[in-house]
Amino acid sequence: MFRRLLEPSRQITILIDGQAVIAAAGDTVAAALLLTGNTRFRQTAKSGSPRGPYCGMGVCFDCLVTINGEPNRQACVADVREGMEVITGTGAPQLAADRRA
Amino acid sequence: MVGISRSGNDYDIAVIGGGVVGLSIAYGLAGRGLAVTLLDEGDVAYRASRGNFALVWVQGKGIDLPDYARWTMGSAAAWKDFAETLQHDSEIDLALEQRGGVMACLSEKELEDRASQFRRLHNAAPDCANVETLDHRQMKALLPEIGPDVVGGTFCRHDGHVNALRLFGALHEASMRRGVGYRPNAPVHDLKSMADGFRISTSSGEIRARKVVLAAGLGNAKLAPLVGLSAPVRPLRGQVMVTEKLAPFLHYPLGTIRQTDEGGVMLGDSKEEVGFDTGNSHQILGAIAAHAVKVFPLLARAHIVRSWGALRVMSPDGYPIYDRSAACPGAYLVTCHSGVTLAAAHASVISEAIATDIWPETISAFSARRFGDVPETA
Repeated sequence: MFRRLLEPSRQITILIDGQAVIAAAGDTVAAALLLTGNTRFRQTAKSGSPRGPYCGMGVCFDCLVTINGEPNRQACVADVREGMEVITGTGAPQLAADRRA
Repeated sequence: MVGISRSGNDYDIAVIGGGVVGLSIAYGLAGRGLAVTLLDEGDVAYRASRGNFALVWVQGKGIDLPDYARWTMGSAAAWKDFAETLQHDSEIDLALEQRGGVMACLSEKELEDRASQFRRLHNAAPDCANVETLDHRQMKALLPEIGPDVVGGTFCRHDGHVNALRLFGALHEASMRRGVGYRPNAPVHDLKSMADGFRISTSSGEIRARKVVLAAGLGNAKLAPLVGLSAPVRPLRGQVMVTEKLAPFLHYPLGTIRQTDEGGVMLGDSKEEVGFDTGNSHQILGAIAAHAVKVFPLLARAHIVRSWGALRVMSPDGYPIYDRSAACPGAYLVTCHSGVTLAAAHASVISEAIATDIWPETISAFSARRFGDVPETA
């Protein structure tokens, strides 16, 4: 289980799968998710097996989540913003339905 | 199985080049009971195999050379059995799909030009693959996501695609299981024809072999003259990019746009004469993306996760070169641009020709003699 090392300077509220979660300014979406105990960020496109952050630095593309309606965002390189909506556990996006032009 | 070195560094056949072409031939030769070693250059090699678009493709091949249209068609037809055997031998699924392939045209002129090419080939060689011309509505039935700018296209039922990374892995695995002696980091410095075979000096020692096959892609240009052959090949760069993995929406591959079995969409098809530069450029990638979005407007919403450049191995007329040396019997040369499509033929017909030294009529049109700068071959 992850725990925060420093007291947050400023609190930010985001929505994770519809639940309000308090994060800290400067957190990545991945850090905010891991602090809630969520390690299953997505399913793989091919076999549907669960995945979470692996490299934590923008290389492996294993931590993909949907942020504000946009699928396949890398949670480890996206900073939290007030009111951000994060959806976890999704697979390969349907371009026609999942993403606005 | 068979194929281990008879003693130390002494083999029946040495294949120079560890790409799809060299591997297909090494795999085929080892299956004929020969002791084969495969010499692979290393990380500095240009490796056309690692940049390819993974099509098993017939339409548009050999428009002006029916022999090549037939050769391509024959290999595409042999692919199903080739894949089955290779999957069995390697226990790796190649994700081969041969349900047909499409080219999309964005203007009436482009469509008419393509259709007339296929009529010309059909008139010269009625036995070659049939290519159908489709209007927008027929295209939409095959590919519901096409945009309004697609006026029509062409469809060939023999076309298909494969997972090229797994093809590469499977050829390696199956060749090893057949006993091929794989030597990485073994660039060839010199090649000498002796009374009892060939002496090949490499960075990892000297190899002796009764026969040698040059399958070194662009490297063949320098190696060929050492054994009385010629390979006037030059690099022709292509740039490719791939999207994030997406839910399947493209149920047929196009010549320049295809969705892999794992969901990523590959976009490619540029041709640039830039020497040995394997880089890529925003101008070309932008043009490829713009074209892809015209064909499938929903791709505007996809993320690109990777792009690369790779060098095609092109002969002066774009067709393969298959040769055997008259000056140095036992030396063979294989080079082509379409190493994936032709893998089935290389593992069967070409391997058989090299193993037996009986050169079939079907490949006689592909000697480098057609470029007029090699001595008469055997």
